[in-house]
Amino acid sequence: MILRKTLLAAGALVALLASASVGSAKTAAPAQQSATKPAPLCNTKLLTLRPHYPDPVKPLAGAASSLSGAGSTFVNPIMSLWASTYAKQGIKVAYQSIGSGGGIAQIQAQTVDFGDSDIPMLDSELAAAKGGPILHIPLVVGGVVLTYNVKGVGAGHLHLDGPTIGKIYAGEITKWDDPAIKAMNPNTPLPSENIAVVHRSDGSGTTGVFTDFLTKTSPDWVSKLGGATTSQGKTVAWPVGIGGKGSDGVSALVGQTEGAIGYVELSYAISAKLPYAYIKNRSGAYIPPCTATLAAAALKTSFPADLRTSLTWKPAPNAYPITATTFALVYQNQTDAAKAKALVNFLSWVLTTGQNFPASINYAPEGKILQQKALSQLNKITVGGKALVNIPISFK
Amino acid sequence: MSAASHRAETRKAQALHQQRLRFADTAFRWLVAGSATVVLVAFVATAFFLVRKSWPALSHYGVLSFIDSSRWTPSTAVATVSHPNPYGVLQFVYGTVLTSVIAMLLAVPVAVGLALYITDIAPQQLRRPLAYVVDLFAAVPSVVYGFWGIFALLPVLHPIADNLSSWLGGIPVIGGVFAGPFFGPSYFAAGIVLAIMVLPIVTAICREVFAVAPVSEKEAALALGATRWEMLRMSVLKRSTAGIFGASLLGLGRAFGETIAVTMLIGNSVLSITTSIFGQGATMPSVIANEFTEATEPFHLQSLFVVGTLLLIITLIVNVLGKLVVSRISETIA
Repeated sequence: MILRKTLLAAGALVALLASASVGSAKTAAPAQQSATKPAPLCNTKLLTLRPHYPDPVKPLAGAASSLSGAGSTFVNPIMSLWASTYAKQGIKVAYQSIGSGGGIAQIQAQTVDFGDSDIPMLDSELAAAKGGPILHIPLVVGGVVLTYNVKGVGAGHLHLDGPTIGKIYAGEITKWDDPAIKAMNPNTPLPSENIAVVHRSDGSGTTGVFTDFLTKTSPDWVSKLGGATTSQGKTVAWPVGIGGKGSDGVSALVGQTEGAIGYVELSYAISAKLPYAYIKNRSGAYIPPCTATLAAAALKTSFPADLRTSLTWKPAPNAYPITATTFALVYQNQTDAAKAKALVNFLSWVLTTGQNFPASINYAPEGKILQQKALSQLNKITVGGKALVNIPISFK
Repeated sequence: MSAASHRAETRKAQALHQQRLRFADTAFRWLVAGSATVVLVAFVATAFFLVRKSWPALSHYGVLSFIDSSRWTPSTAVATVSHPNPYGVLQFVYGTVLTSVIAMLLAVPVAVGLALYITDIAPQQLRRPLAYVVDLFAAVPSVVYGFWGIFALLPVLHPIADNLSSWLGGIPVIGGVFAGPFFGPSYFAAGIVLAIMVLPIVTAICREVFAVAPVSEKEAALALGATRWEMLRMSVLKRSTAGIFGASLLGLGRAFGETIAVTMLIGNSVLSITTSIFGQGATMPSVIANEFTEATEPFHLQSLFVVGTLLLIITLIVNVLGKLVVSRISETIA
């Protein structure tokens, strides 16, 4: 008798677990039905996004057979592709995807051969580097996208602009059918649902890029955070919202939470099958993030001599406004000749042959100008006061 | 051979034997004392290390300024000024205590019932398998609990939480505790997963405690005409209060320190104290796990060490208090 009761209880438990899994499938559904709507801007043939830059550097002889790097999670998908392809030349590149701040800390402490950060190092951070001056070498162009999980709003049906996103993240807009959002989306049925704001809980270069964009476009965000110095950075004091750990944490939370909005690097949104919003750019157009619109942001832009700059909010008509580049951080004066040669070999390969890969996984190659500027940084790398390479640079 | 010499021989042998025994005893004593010392030294060294690492922040901002603020805003712009302290930690203490209290409120009654069932009520052939299953819960890695929490628990919690906040939201005081909206990750969700995680340890200790209740008393109670429940109440539960309390404290210790599952489910809001259990927050372990890899702002890392030190102190206080209460209760029973 008692045994039978126990079995009954066990049955009930199984039923409960089953209903739990059904429930989760239900909430995930609106996100999954979204097949990306083809946008004319994004139909640019992939061929034109494979620049086929000629490699001006013959691999230097006597290079080390392995390199270690650490930093940005934003760059990790493309870095893995580069590393696995480059491994065919017998050189192993071990990259730890620990976050931009971690990458900066490790290059400062000289525990890796190169660091990687999505936002340039600050003067104070440069001053704290043990091995002297550090070069910033832009590697690839990518985008931060606003993903969402709103009932009845499929992919490509949500338009947002900087001021509105700023108000959402400042906690001043809390419903999806807020007049400000409705005005931008007259043809989309927006539910009267609470907005669940999702952000990163760990320090992150992605956050740095996103808050840089908010700081440039949303006065509400800046005043809520107490001024432009505290409203941007790898960690900020989020006034509202749910924190997810890592890009994967954010995309999982957005997928699981009805009414959610969150920011991640484009390829994370695509791999989690989450829809993302069109964002109003500086020329007033709503632009979807894709290889073509990311590439547009990096074209025709002027760069400072040390290349420490941001690619958000650029004026080109087709530019996606939350675009970023990620920087390899390398000591200008190298002490180990073999490592330095391997570093120059790898980076020059990434900046030429390597630029054919980004388009295949939703990053964008660097435009001619940025690519040439990046290559010119390699000329500055020295061992014992002597430059390793002298790459001819052409600026057009 | 005379009897006397024989006796002398025996005495000699005995003495030798005793000497050997004494040597083995001494060696053993040193060995065991050594192990105890290692533990003690390790503890003191950990505490010393934490304090030393947090000292720069403590001396820059002042010890008390950490616990009278609930704003945690690491940023280069504000960190170098010593007042106000941008690294307030009160909300982490609150988050740790609140999630643990939710967990204990849910877990202890279930654990006591479960332990009673296993020791006294379940059919004999079911007791051991059931105990094994409960122990198995402890073997599940906490990251798996976090994962399960996000994908299986949150969807189930949604309707429950929505109903709770619409039924109770209007009542003063209590309404504040259950105020919506519920988005999923929250103190509530973290507390429930913590409850499941502390259940095995609380159940296991309760089981041991209940098992030592004398059979004669139980039989006496039944013989006097007590119902099964009365028997359990009088001869098992009554004498086990201290034991249950001790078990709860050990569970609480586990709940205080639990990191990754809580980090995945609490929503990680580091800025304020929310009265609603459906709000988002952070605990002392979760903020350390989230931020130490990127703690590059001035005094950021040192302030995380302050959080670690505080966690150690609070856990220590709870344990010492618990031990005191337990010993007092056992004295009154005796």
